Amino acid sequence: MAASWFRQPSILPGFGLTLGFTTFFLSALVLLPLAALVFKTTSLTWSEFLDVVLDERALASYRLSFGAAFIAAAVNAFFGFIVAWSLVRYEFPGRRLVDALIDLPFALPTAVSGIALATVFSPTGWLGVKLQELFGIQVAYTWLGVVVALILIGLPFVVRSVQPALVEAQRDLEEAAETLGASPFTVFRRIILPAVLPALVTGFTMAFARGVGEYGSVVFISGNLPLKTEITPLLIVIKLEQFDYNGAAALGFMMLLVSFLMLFAINLVQSWSRRRHVGPADTGRRVERRARPRTQKVGA
Amino acid sequence: MAGAAPRFETRKHVPPGVRAGRIALISVAIGFLALLLLAPLGAVLGQAFAQGWRVFLESFDNPDTLAAIRLTLLTAAIVVPVNTLFGIAAAWAIAKFEFKGKSLLITLIDLPFAISPVIAGLVFVMLFGAHGWWGQWLQDRDIQVIFAVPGIVLATLFVTFPYVARELIPLMQQQGSEEEEAAITLGAGAWTTFLRVTLPKIRWGLIYGVILCNARAMGEFGAVSVVSGHIRGLTTTMPLQVEILYNEYLFVAAFAVASVLALLAIVTLVIKTLVEWRADRRTG
Repeated sequence: MAASWFRQPSILPGFGLTLGFTTFFLSALVLLPLAALVFKTTSLTWSEFLDVVLDERALASYRLSFGAAFIAAAVNAFFGFIVAWSLVRYEFPGRRLVDALIDLPFALPTAVSGIALATVFSPTGWLGVKLQELFGIQVAYTWLGVVVALILIGLPFVVRSVQPALVEAQRDLEEAAETLGASPFTVFRRIILPAVLPALVTGFTMAFARGVGEYGSVVFISGNLPLKTEITPLLIVIKLEQFDYNGAAALGFMMLLVSFLMLFAINLVQSWSRRRHVGPADTGRRVERRARPRTQKVGA
Repeated sequence: MAGAAPRFETRKHVPPGVRAGRIALISVAIGFLALLLLAPLGAVLGQAFAQGWRVFLESFDNPDTLAAIRLTLLTAAIVVPVNTLFGIAAAWAIAKFEFKGKSLLITLIDLPFAISPVIAGLVFVMLFGAHGWWGQWLQDRDIQVIFAVPGIVLATLFVTFPYVARELIPLMQQQGSEEEEAAITLGAGAWTTFLRVTLPKIRWGLIYGVILCNARAMGEFGAVSVVSGHIRGLTTTMPLQVEILYNEYLFVAAFAVASVLALLAIVTLVIKTLVEWRADRRTG
C-alpha cells in the first residue's frame, strides 16, 4: 500500500488504481499537449516572439477581446444579479422554467448561438432592424456584436454564482435593518451587497475569463475585420490557416498565460469569499464580530 | 424566532410601493432573459422552418450533413464513456482518500474549463501536426491525427475532460465513505461495494455529468474547428457543418442542423431539471 507520509490510511480499496489512472489520463490528455505548446513557443527567439505578440493586429485583438469581455461581464454582473435576486427572493409564475433556462448558454453549442445571434441582430434581422430604427445602432458585424455574444455566454456564470449566496444571505439582518429604519437602498448597500459581493466578483471573473477565450458564438456576429472586429482566438485560427505555426504558438502561449492568471484570480476571490463566508454552524459569533464595527460607524 | 418564516414573501402584506418595485425587478429579469435567450432560440427554429416542414426535412437529405451527424455521434460515443470512466476514477480517488497534492489535482482537472477552445485545438496541432513534436514521427509511419478523426476525438476529450469529475467530486465528498467502509468491513469486494453501495448513491449526479459531457461533446465548435481541416463528408462534425452551410448562405439547411443541436440542448436542460427535482425530493 502507499506510504503513510503521502496519504492517510483507509480501509477502502482502489486508491492506487484510481489515482494512477487519473494522473496518467490527466498527464497524457491535458498536461502533455499544453507542454507541447509551451515547448513550441520556447523554440522562438525573443524578437520573433515579441514581433508576433506586439504586432498591431494582435494588440487590436487584445483590446477587443479584453474590452468586450469586460463590458459583457459588467453587464452580466448587473442583470445577472437582478435575475438571481428575482429567482431567489420572489415567487412568480414560470419561475422554475426561467431558472432552468439560465443554463441554456451552457448547453447550447456555441456555433448555434453564434448564427442565431447573427440572424437576430443582423441589419435585416428583427432586433437589428429595431435597434437601427430606434437608436441608429448597428450590433452585428461591429464590436457591439462581440459584446452581445459574450453577454449570452457569460450570463449563467454570474447567476449560478450569486444564487446560492443570496439563499444563504441572512434575511433577519435585512429585516432588522428595515425595522431600525434603514431605507431599501441602505439595506442593499450595507447588508445585501457585502454578503453577495464575493460571489458576484467570482461570477464576474468567470464570465470575463470565458469571454476572453470564446470563439464559436463570436465569429458569426463579429464580422471579423482585421484591426476592428477580430478577436484573439480568431487571429490564432487565421495564423494556423496560413501555416504560421510559430505565430499561432506565440499567441496561444499568451492566451494560456492569461487563462492561468484568471484561474489564479478566481482562486484568490474564492478563498477570500471562504474567509468571510458566514457558515450556518458559527453564525452567531461571526455575525456579531462583523456587525460591531458597522454599528459603531453608524453611531459615530 | 417563533414559527417558521415563510419561504417567499408573497403571502405577507406588502406595501404597494414595494410591490411595484418587485414587479419591476422581475420584469427587468424576464425581459433581459427573453431578449438574450429566447430570441436566438426562436430565431433558430423560425429560420429552420421558414419554408415549411418539407424543406426542413430535405435539408437532411445531403450526404455531407448525414456524414457530419454520423461523425458527431461517433465522437460522442468514444468521448463520453472515456470521460465518464475518468470522472468516476478521479472522484473515487479524490473523495474517498486523503493524500498530498489533492487540491492541486483538483485544480488541474478543472484546467480545460479555463482554457479557450481554440487553445484546446492548438495544443494538439503543436503535438501531432506536421510541424509538431511528434509530427515527423507520425508522418514517417503514415498516421494522420490532425485534420482527421483522431484529432477531433482528442480535442473533444480535452474540452469535455472535467464535466463528470466536476459533478461527482463534491457529491461524493459530501456523502462521505461510511457506507462503503461498512460494506468492506462486512466482507464485500471492491467491485461489489462500488456497484451496490456507491453507484446508487451517485446515480443522479452521474447522469447529470454524463448528459452535460455529451452536450458539450456533440456541440464543441472551436477546438474541433482547429484540428478538423474541414474536409467535407470526412472531418466535419455537426457544428462545423452548420458553419459551412451558413457561410454558403444555405440558411434553411444551416438552421435545420442547428435546430437539432438546439433540441439536444433543450433535452439536456429538461433532464438536468428532472435530476434536480429528484435530488431535492430526496434531501428535502
